[in-house]
Amino acid sequence: MAETRPMTSEPVEAWITGIGLATSLGEGPDAHWDALNNKRINVDETGFAPNIVHPLAPVSYDAQIPKKGDQRQMEAWQRIGTYAAGLALDSAGVKGNKDILSKMDMIVAAGGGERDLAVDSGILNSDGYGAATPGLLNEKLLNDLRPTLFLAQLSNLLAGNIAIVHGVTGSSRTFMGEEAAGVDAARIALARIASGQSDIALIGAAHNGERKDLLLLYEFDDFNLKNKFETVWARENNSGFALGSAGAFLVIESKAHAEARGAKPLARLKSVVADHARRKTPGEVTTVLQKLWSQLGAKNDAAIITGATGAEPVTSEERAFLKDHADVAIRGTGTLFGHTLETQFPLGLGLAALAISRGAMFPPNDSTGLEIEKSGKPTQIVVIGAGHWRGEGMALVEAIS
Amino acid sequence: MTATRDKFGRPIVVVTGMGVATSLGAGKEDNWAKLTAGESGIRTITRFPVDGMKTTMAGTIDFVPVEPFSSTDLSEKLGEMVTEEAIAQANIGSKGDFPGPLFLAVAPVEVEWPQRQLIAKAAGANSDINYDTLLRVAGGGQFVQYHRRFLFGSVADHLADTFGTKGSPISLSTACASGATAIQLGVEAIRRGEADAALCVATDGSVNPEALIRFSLLSALSTHNDPPEKAVRPFAKNRDGFVMAEGAGALVLESLEAATARGAKILGIVAGCGELADSFHRTRSSPDGKPIIGCVNNALVDAGLTSDQIDYINAHGTGTPENDKMEYLGISSVFGERAKEIPVSSNKSMVGHTLSAAGAVEAVFSLLTLAHQRIPPTINYDVPDPAIPFDVVPNTARDARVTAVMSNSFGFGGQNASLILTGEPV
Repeated sequence: MAETRPMTSEPVEAWITGIGLATSLGEGPDAHWDALNNKRINVDETGFAPNIVHPLAPVSYDAQIPKKGDQRQMEAWQRIGTYAAGLALDSAGVKGNKDILSKMDMIVAAGGGERDLAVDSGILNSDGYGAATPGLLNEKLLNDLRPTLFLAQLSNLLAGNIAIVHGVTGSSRTFMGEEAAGVDAARIALARIASGQSDIALIGAAHNGERKDLLLLYEFDDFNLKNKFETVWARENNSGFALGSAGAFLVIESKAHAEARGAKPLARLKSVVADHARRKTPGEVTTVLQKLWSQLGAKNDAAIITGATGAEPVTSEERAFLKDHADVAIRGTGTLFGHTLETQFPLGLGLAALAISRGAMFPPNDSTGLEIEKSGKPTQIVVIGAGHWRGEGMALVEAIS
Repeated sequence: MTATRDKFGRPIVVVTGMGVATSLGAGKEDNWAKLTAGESGIRTITRFPVDGMKTTMAGTIDFVPVEPFSSTDLSEKLGEMVTEEAIAQANIGSKGDFPGPLFLAVAPVEVEWPQRQLIAKAAGANSDINYDTLLRVAGGGQFVQYHRRFLFGSVADHLADTFGTKGSPISLSTACASGATAIQLGVEAIRRGEADAALCVATDGSVNPEALIRFSLLSALSTHNDPPEKAVRPFAKNRDGFVMAEGAGALVLESLEAATARGAKILGIVAGCGELADSFHRTRSSPDGKPIIGCVNNALVDAGLTSDQIDYINAHGTGTPENDKMEYLGISSVFGERAKEIPVSSNKSMVGHTLSAAGAVEAVFSLLTLAHQRIPPTINYDVPDPAIPFDVVPNTARDARVTAVMSNSFGFGGQNASLILTGEPV
């Protein structure tokens, strides 16, 4: 919305009032809470062998995307995201509220480019194996590409579909850039609310990990976890990540806006910070994470939900940072959901809000002893995202006492 | 003492450096000379075979060599060129040490055909190549550079490294409004007091066969191939689509306070930004024009101006039948009878549609319009469309008193963004 109000001197308090999760463990808060407490993990070791992925649990898209025509206009990553965004709006109690949705800001973190593998393969096979005749590529693309596929590939069309299906139209911004995009979506939304530039925002991301074209991108540097599943902390000798499918969205709003409409908060989003270590010398990520922690304003005993990927060297650098927090509950979402790139940080935020709203941390799921059992009510959870290649971020999610 | 805050109490955001590259050439001087001479940068594509294509021309940038070609490599090189120009003009920070964040509008990234074909070739297979074949040979380090290249954050990563911007660089896409959104993010960061300076860059090197075919399959492109320089006809009755083009624009934004304190020359003010999403359709605007009207109004409100204080509109003006009609509807609803009098011109008639870069390229041209008090024309305007009675500054540039410019950007996915640029604080 237009920002004509003077900048406020004190930051406006922001609440998380809705979460929407659709992942390999199911959909919605109850299914997730159950799966986490039962230490359930959903991996597929055969469908993309030798690569391992965390496939999306079955969802009924009709429930959030009622028009089949809309579903057909989207590829899987957009459907997952549009679905999860609908869950978040439902959770916040603003679904269908045109007055609020027309002023609601939206920041989506997105990849894109879901390819038609059959078309690509057909072209490579007719290519004369490198000796293509001029124009053959054109001919195949002209004949075989579906006209609407482009719209399913464009990064900003997840936001576009959310606007069309759910009517969120206050603004629409799409951030790209892998893990960091998810951090920055939350960071900018919070900064806008905290400064009075915005009252309410939908933020989040979606990722389809069951894609060979994405596996290809990460295979270039041998990032794909292969053959045998291990928790993220136990991959030192077989480093990498298993791509995951997930959509994670949150509704964040000013306390005043939430109170005025009688909305109940799940948690407070206190701060989000990010940086971009050049990663040219060992130890840079550890140092940046220490710096970010000091900027957050978290207590030393804050619990941690991290999107550590299992990729090296960044996971070892993060582990070095986590040594300073050895006596708190640390939970790695990479073990539980796989790696969902742009979605990992919003997913961490959603899980933090869920844990705070349930008054407990979910149990550890780790064979190395890094994740420890911790009873009691978490009052602060720090969400960490250190990208597999670039980008570091943290958020502080708090209980509202 | 000059006030450094606007009427809403926010820091005034100024522009102290600009860089631009289009199919007309590199740099502000060259571009401005050709733009005001009414030259076209659209030419027949020579980068790749155009056999079978319905559209065979584009505003390619062929003076920046990229071999083997990838759109992301070209985008990166263009982004670097314009950023160098902008930072040199602003004379801010020191080499490799820009004192603020980076907001980068960039096209979505993916592995492209030359690279995909090289991987296929490395597989050594001569039948049944599929993604499993590619996956088998992709690892082991032979193609590690493709991981770096085809991450969505790769161009921002490179620019952040090269120019030493601070914090997490943001790569963004709001389709054809991306360039304007990058500027808006910079303005907001400075208004929040998070930064005294921001580097806003938008770049697009998208002319490759698949991208051309994608737009062509959506029936969005002009097929006026011959002569190519007559292809883009914004607001004319015989317009038949946009023409893809490459380009980049960069702006160094600063708070007026910081710019004044270091004695920087102020090139213009970003007085207001507006946005509003459209939920009507993936590629078409709501027929009632409300999202465009709302977006334009939001920009005016944000700037604290009324429509009668705007004296030039730098149109989105793609030359598609739909866009230009909707843009007239939106502008005439806000500007009333003045819509027929106020000059409204389209830079795209000359440089083509630089897609992700357009918002920033056109912001640079808008600021040059303010600086030179001269409005670039809409060329190829030979057959007026009676349904769009704009003064499009037909075919010839015009001297005019210009104090406030509105620059509009609209994109697929319901993206609308408007900027208001002025010569002096308002």
